[in-house]
Amino acid sequence: MIKATPKPLEEIIDYVKDFSNILIVGCDGCVTVCEAGGMKEAKILGSALRLYYTQAGKDHEVIETTVTRQCDKEYLAGIKDLVENADAVISLACGCGIQYLTEMYYHKIVFPGVNTHFMGINAERGRYEERCAGCGQCILASTGGICPIARCSKRMLNGPCGGSDNGKCEVNKDIPCAWHLIYERLEILGQLNRLEEPVSAKDWRTSRDGGPRVIIRDDLRKD
Amino acid sequence: MSVKTPSTLEKILASGQQAVTSEIGPPRSTDGAEIEHKANLIKDYVDAINVTDNQTSVVRLCSLAACIRLKQMGLEPVMQMTTRDRNRIAIQSDILGAASFGINNILCLTGDHQIFGDHAASANVFDLDSVQLLETVRLMRDEGKLMSGFDLPSRPNMFVGAAENPFAGPNVLVRAMRLAKKIKAGAEFIQTQCIYNIPKFKEWLKIAVDKGLTQKVHILAGITPFKSLGMARYMKSRVPGMDVPDNLIERLKGVPKEKQAEEGIRLAIEMMQELKGLNGVKGFHIMAIEWEEKVPELVKGAGLYPRPTA
Ligand code: SF4
Ligand code: SF4
Repeated sequence: MIKATPKPLEEIIDYVKDFSNILIVGCDGCVTVCEAGGMKEAKILGSALRLYYTQAGKDHEVIETTVTRQCDKEYLAGIKDLVENADAVISLACGCGIQYLTEMYYHKIVFPGVNTHFMGINAERGRYEERCAGCGQCILASTGGICPIARCSKRMLNGPCGGSDNGKCEVNKDIPCAWHLIYERLEILGQLNRLEEPVSAKDWRTSRDGGPRVIIRDDLRKD
Repeated sequence: MSVKTPSTLEKILASGQQAVTSEIGPPRSTDGAEIEHKANLIKDYVDAINVTDNQTSVVRLCSLAACIRLKQMGLEPVMQMTTRDRNRIAIQSDILGAASFGINNILCLTGDHQIFGDHAASANVFDLDSVQLLETVRLMRDEGKLMSGFDLPSRPNMFVGAAENPFAGPNVLVRAMRLAKKIKAGAEFIQTQCIYNIPKFKEWLKIAVDKGLTQKVHILAGITPFKSLGMARYMKSRVPGMDVPDNLIERLKGVPKEKQAEEGIRLAIEMMQELKGLNGVKGFHIMAIEWEEKVPELVKGAGLYPRPTA
């Protein structure tokens, strides 16, 4: 899922200090799972903003709500009245949700309430790790199921580099070397010979390098 | 191995003589005279001079310009090229540019991550890695094509090299397999990471010999003399993939501070003498980091002076 973290309160206050009628919109999807932008976080932010406005001696109204997913228009349509009554909206969805809300309510001021980081897994509560960089042409079948694009610091397709040290990446000792992990898995799979075959240059057009991407699934669009 | 390019380094290696290369790091300024100065210190003692490409991700005068300067001095440059900062468009363009000045050697590297340098906030590129860069240079040279398939009217005539680190993870076997991969991708010479752990180097070399790899590639053993105990400790603990055995640290500890540099040189010469005779070692690559003036002493001490005239 997509992983995000709440923005620092001071940054959000700086966005909204000149407004007084605020709508905070959480999302029940990924950001609820990583505890950055669900109803719980919307309430916490709402309380903090009310406290700020009260201490600053300003009249204010802060409303919290969430939608099932901010990356779907049907759900965004459900908060039309709330959005229209607010001076400014803080979206706690990922960067996709924030933008889709903005597109739907084009004349409304919308601020991001979270920083969106990556696609990752829940290693444990409060620890999320990147696993996929969305390159659009998955090569996991040839890398022992471990992604060097997302997990090697130099996105090498022919690692490990000369900085791989005791299983750790040259960048720092907290990062497992992806190519060390690939080596270990290939050994278990009996596929170590893959390490001797050069992997040629990747076509990055299916990645971000090809420009913003669109998927059209005709099989799903036909009705 | 037959000679394919006008490279002097290739000729010396093909003749079966031990080769000696060294390297200079360009200045962090526009001062081209510094490159000339460093080159003049070593030129009579080496067969070719590598120029590093923003090593450790610190911005310096570019390798290509420094190589052109060496060429204009009548010397033999080895252009180091990393894939960290350039995509395949810039890489191929720089290769064509270098070839237009008669630069006949290239060392293909991925490069250190930018986090180590003076611009940690930069975006990295890594469109290709070192193995893919090797394939690219060989495609341009041997098939006269760009990666796009475009037919080049003239080809870059470069002797193609790569680095390998026998001491990095996971183990010597995988490092030898990676050597095999680099050879398949087109490497004709290899400059190794600085060698301090000779038993481990020998293990790696033996696998390479047994796999027949040393018949296919010229291996130049990497040498970096210690300037001080502090440097040895730094290399041991702070440089990823560097293997400095404790007995070397102890040896430097055993001499007074003002004698440590001398001891470092003595140690490097002893190592060169031991490595020189090994089956599969075809010469040396001396990385005397900001200590170029010591290169002559090392080359003489190892019995590798005078250099052949190619
Ligand atoms: S190869 Fe591409 S699609 Fe597959 S996990 Fe890695 S980044 Fe994601
Ligand atoms: S140490 Fe491993 S993960 Fe880090 S850059 Fe090198 S190959 Fe990639």
